[in-house]
Amino acid sequence: MNINFTLIAQAIAFAVLIWFTVKFVWPPLLKAIETRQKEIADGLAAAADGRNALEVAAKKSEVTLNEAKQKATEIIGQAEKRATQIVEDAKSNAKAEGDRILAGTKAEIDQEVNRAKEGLRAQVSALAVAGAEKILRKEIDAKAHSDMLSQLAAEL
Amino acid sequence: MAIEQATEALTPSEYIAHHLSFNVKQVGDGSFWMLNIDTFIMSVILGVLVMGFIWLVARKATAGVPSKGQAFVELVFSFIDDQVKNIFHGDRHSFIAPTALTVFLWVFAMNAMDFLPVDILAKAMHAIGFEKWRAVPTSDINTTFALALAVWILMIFFAIKVKGLGGWIHELFYSPFGSKFWVLPLNFLFNLIEYVSKPLSHSLRLFGNMYAGEVIFLLLGMWAATGISGTVFGAILGAGWSIFHILIVALQAFIFMMLTVVYLAMAHESH
Repeated sequence: MNINFTLIAQAIAFAVLIWFTVKFVWPPLLKAIETRQKEIADGLAAAADGRNALEVAAKKSEVTLNEAKQKATEIIGQAEKRATQIVEDAKSNAKAEGDRILAGTKAEIDQEVNRAKEGLRAQVSALAVAGAEKILRKEIDAKAHSDMLSQLAAEL
Repeated sequence: MAIEQATEALTPSEYIAHHLSFNVKQVGDGSFWMLNIDTFIMSVILGVLVMGFIWLVARKATAGVPSKGQAFVELVFSFIDDQVKNIFHGDRHSFIAPTALTVFLWVFAMNAMDFLPVDILAKAMHAIGFEKWRAVPTSDINTTFALALAVWILMIFFAIKVKGLGGWIHELFYSPFGSKFWVLPLNFLFNLIEYVSKPLSHSLRLFGNMYAGEVIFLLLGMWAATGISGTVFGAILGAGWSIFHILIVALQAFIFMMLTVVYLAMAHESH
């Protein structure tokens, strides 16, 4: 158990081992672990960012949806108004047209009636003449009958 | 955990002395110039194995999904890194943390050699021509003292590097008791004692634990040689001591590493 040269040999071995570890063992392990730690931290940060972005997008979509709903309601209101207006217009147009047609028809009917009256008048005159001829052939009392005829013609 | 062979020719004290003696090789003149080959070879092999394994994993380390080997190495890495982070608040990655990793793994591996059955190992080494072989490098005071001294030198190096030579000498005389001229010698004496006691307690704690563990294994092995009942109880107690020793092996490696970090961190702080 005495101190001898082994002391120096072991100290040298120790120094070489330390040098080896400092130079070749520690740096690659440290690099690997630190890189992984950074990757994990980055991943977590990215996840947090993603969550935030999702929240913002959800809010935005809600706002857009509300806007769209409002617009839709507005459009439907306008359309309804316009529809009523169109119906009203159509109604009044139809009424005017109907009145116009009715008036026209009435005038036409009057015209026809007048024409028929004229025709009838002419035919009755002819019939009366023919009737008079037949009577005349049987009993000619020219004076008496001419008075009757003129009286008849005046009555028509 | 020892199986006793051929102790008929040995007395108990000879058996223990045999197991506790090193395979010494003279490398120069004088009693200092001797190398404990067993200690040196075992520690170098363990250092190369352990750090080599980590290096092989670290070389192919990926920032993506780690392999099982890498996950294990990263577990050790993070454990050490966390400990160092709590104690030292400078740039730990450039030196102190890797040093802590080296100390912990190397000391742990050397301590763990205590689990090898002493007699089987001795027989095996004997068979390939080594008369004596001590497997646990940390039960050699040279190893623990070498480590503690290296840390001690690093401690002084960092103290001078951080505070400057003048600042360090100033601190030797002016802390911890203040700057009144009559306490200066007291301060210096205090710091001197601190500087001497640090490497001593650092190295002797580890050495004492591992040496005692080894001696207990030897005593149990000796009991196992006394007969059937001795073998049975020796084996049971040996197993128990081995299981308890797992704690000691890990704990002492951890304590040695923590003290290394604490000493080096203290060297960076000004008082």
